[in-house]
Amino acid sequence: MVKKEMVAMLLAGGQGSRLGVLTTEGAKPAVAFGGKYRIIDFPLSNCINSGIDTVGVLTQYQPLRLNTHIGIGMPWDLDRNVGGVAILPPYEKSGNTEWYTGTANAIYQNIRFIDTYNPEYVLILSGDHIYKMDYEIMLDYHKSHDAALTIATMPVPWEEASRFGLVLTDETNRIVEFEEKPANPRSNLASMGIYIFTWSKLRDALLATAEQPNCDFGMHVIPYIFNNGERIFSYEFNGYWKDVGTLTSYWEANMELIDIIPEFNLYEEFWKVYTKCDQYPPMYVSDNAVINRCIIGEGTEIHGEVSNSVIGSGVIIEEGAVVRNSIIMSDTVVGKGTVIDKSIIAEKVKIGENCVLGTRDFEYKESKLSKKVYASDLVTIADGSVIPDGVKIGINTAIAGVTTKEDYTDGSYLDSGDYIVKEGASR
Amino acid sequence: MKAVGIILAGGNNKKMRVLTRKRAIPAMPVGGSYRCIDFALSSMTNSHIKTVAVLTQYNARSLNQHLNSAKWWDFGRKQGGLYVFSPTITAENGEWYRGTADSIYQNLDFLKSQHEPYVVIASGDSVYKIDFDKVIDYHVEKGADITVVTKKMPEGTDLTQYGIVTTDENGRITDMEEKPVTANSSVVSTGIYVIRRRLLIDLIEKAAEEDRYDFVNDILIRYKSIKKIYSYPLETYWGKISDVDSYYKLNMDFLDKETRDFFFRTYPEIYTKIDDNPPAKYNPGAKVKNSLISSGCIINGEVEGSVLFKKVFIGNNAVVKNCVILNDVYISDNVHLENCIIESRGTIKPGETRIAESGKPQVLIEENERYPM
Repeated sequence: MVKKEMVAMLLAGGQGSRLGVLTTEGAKPAVAFGGKYRIIDFPLSNCINSGIDTVGVLTQYQPLRLNTHIGIGMPWDLDRNVGGVAILPPYEKSGNTEWYTGTANAIYQNIRFIDTYNPEYVLILSGDHIYKMDYEIMLDYHKSHDAALTIATMPVPWEEASRFGLVLTDETNRIVEFEEKPANPRSNLASMGIYIFTWSKLRDALLATAEQPNCDFGMHVIPYIFNNGERIFSYEFNGYWKDVGTLTSYWEANMELIDIIPEFNLYEEFWKVYTKCDQYPPMYVSDNAVINRCIIGEGTEIHGEVSNSVIGSGVIIEEGAVVRNSIIMSDTVVGKGTVIDKSIIAEKVKIGENCVLGTRDFEYKESKLSKKVYASDLVTIADGSVIPDGVKIGINTAIAGVTTKEDYTDGSYLDSGDYIVKEGASR
Repeated sequence: MKAVGIILAGGNNKKMRVLTRKRAIPAMPVGGSYRCIDFALSSMTNSHIKTVAVLTQYNARSLNQHLNSAKWWDFGRKQGGLYVFSPTITAENGEWYRGTADSIYQNLDFLKSQHEPYVVIASGDSVYKIDFDKVIDYHVEKGADITVVTKKMPEGTDLTQYGIVTTDENGRITDMEEKPVTANSSVVSTGIYVIRRRLLIDLIEKAAEEDRYDFVNDILIRYKSIKKIYSYPLETYWGKISDVDSYYKLNMDFLDKETRDFFFRTYPEIYTKIDDNPPAKYNPGAKVKNSLISSGCIINGEVEGSVLFKKVFIGNNAVVKNCVILNDVYISDNVHLENCIIESRGTIKPGETRIAESGKPQVLIEENERYPM
């Protein structure tokens, strides 16, 4: 009989709406990161590096890009005879069919998948964090503490603690109380959304809470297990861990990679991060190019000036173009003489010649699109967008879709805080 | 599935000097991210050839490592596949491959067990991109027995390294000379042949009976008047690694826009084994001009007119001009290099200066301690 000690379930179905137009074309875990990676590469690489070879990826929102990225899991060595990676979308059932209505509900709907592998433990992961972590050590901890549930936690600064779900522990690290975003925090140990459950306990809890609408781990399943008096432990993690759920944190995490010795080092031989790389040739730097403090993906051609930026694969920066403090994802073209500052430009975008994006001479204005999502001085441009020649785009702006001069004020201007979201391109 | 592919990758070439100490020519790194044999393999997979045999002999460890999985070229399939054949001792034979024809003869059972009507023979020491389907169509249309892919070399090329081909107005080869002292034509054989599988088996068996072992001398040249041998002129880029200078030039050719666009930006692509290196990193102080930079490189110094292979580290204040730096080389601070080829995994000590004459690249093998205490 098939037996896997631990199966990982990766929750990748949410939209990640706080990344704004970046998730127009695909769910957050599929958003590019660090030049050549996608966010989901980090938990997937952690799995295979930790010796976990059976991973279910739960998809729901816009899964096309995730599906093609993961495929049969070859880049992560997750193409296996037994196990490997499986993509698990919601499916029609006899009886009542529903979408994944919550994190725990998504796992509940895949109990049969997990049962197939007959595991002792189940690891629950989410696809929106950048970190390197050995889940095997966490599993050893879970076993040695005879826990029903182990929650990975990390200390956060006290002044920020009220933004997190916190845990209070006793001297043995057993969790004695949970606090969800409390006004006056009594602990600074935040839950990282990484759980190891003993499968039999989780299975019982999922069945018991099945009728709960929008059944969620934090809100329903963990409280259920806690109230049953089961042993729940906190596993403290002190490495690099970055939530990239908002535009600002996403931008910052990318920018941290270009430090001389970055805290999160992709250049270590140990604990490699794997990704599906299309086969790109080396990058070419032309005679007139100037590059300073950047990481740049393969197959890119730089003819202009690039500094303090993270550039993806297959990008073309044409002559006289200037890119500063920006993230430019794969296969985007920046036209001649265009100046770009503090922008996040997604994949396959075409930016015309002599445009100005997000330079510091624009004044900050509140977003007209969403004050919650766009609250920084970034220009955000969605996948596949087109920007015509000669336009000026202010800060805290968003653009999605193929734009023409008619979409801009006086044919060439987009004020700070404004947006253009074309039909067909969702927000 | 018209043809089965054979890549001849077993030969040695003393003119490569120290560079083939580590590896055979087909495993030589080319164009930043590739190995020489990738060009033959990619052309084959892009021409719908499903079964390819690579015949190796000389210093094949590095090549075997590169070919450890067939999946990068889409050869990891149920139908067809990638086979690496080295000489083995059998009940009938205890010899090494004594020549190109002998290497095919020793693997004749493989060739006999295939079903494809044609065989494409290519050598693993050249850089090109070719559609073999077109060559086969040409072969059929001409009613040829053997088709040789040829390339007209630019004026001023030293032709003593090549097989020289003379054709009549229909493209039939009337004369062929291997590495002549003086050449009467600037059309050279690329070492790529198309031949009917049955005919190849016959010719190879006959050559073996007569103790003849070389494909060019003992089959092509020997049969040139009896068999209809045609020349298929290749119009696009072709370069052969025949000595250190040609190896250097071949890599520098990729800095030329036309060549670069042909290989890097024109469909179909060239495939290679994927290494999962992070993107290249440019730290403050990096100055890069007219260069190819591969994944995993970290640059702190100045690089100009050079090709950097994967995972090269360039230290602070280092100056690298017109160099070919093979993979995983560590260039320490304040190093100055011009017109050099640096062997892979080398470490250049801080402050070293090596300036070779332009056009006469110097090969450096620097096996120093990387992080001296």
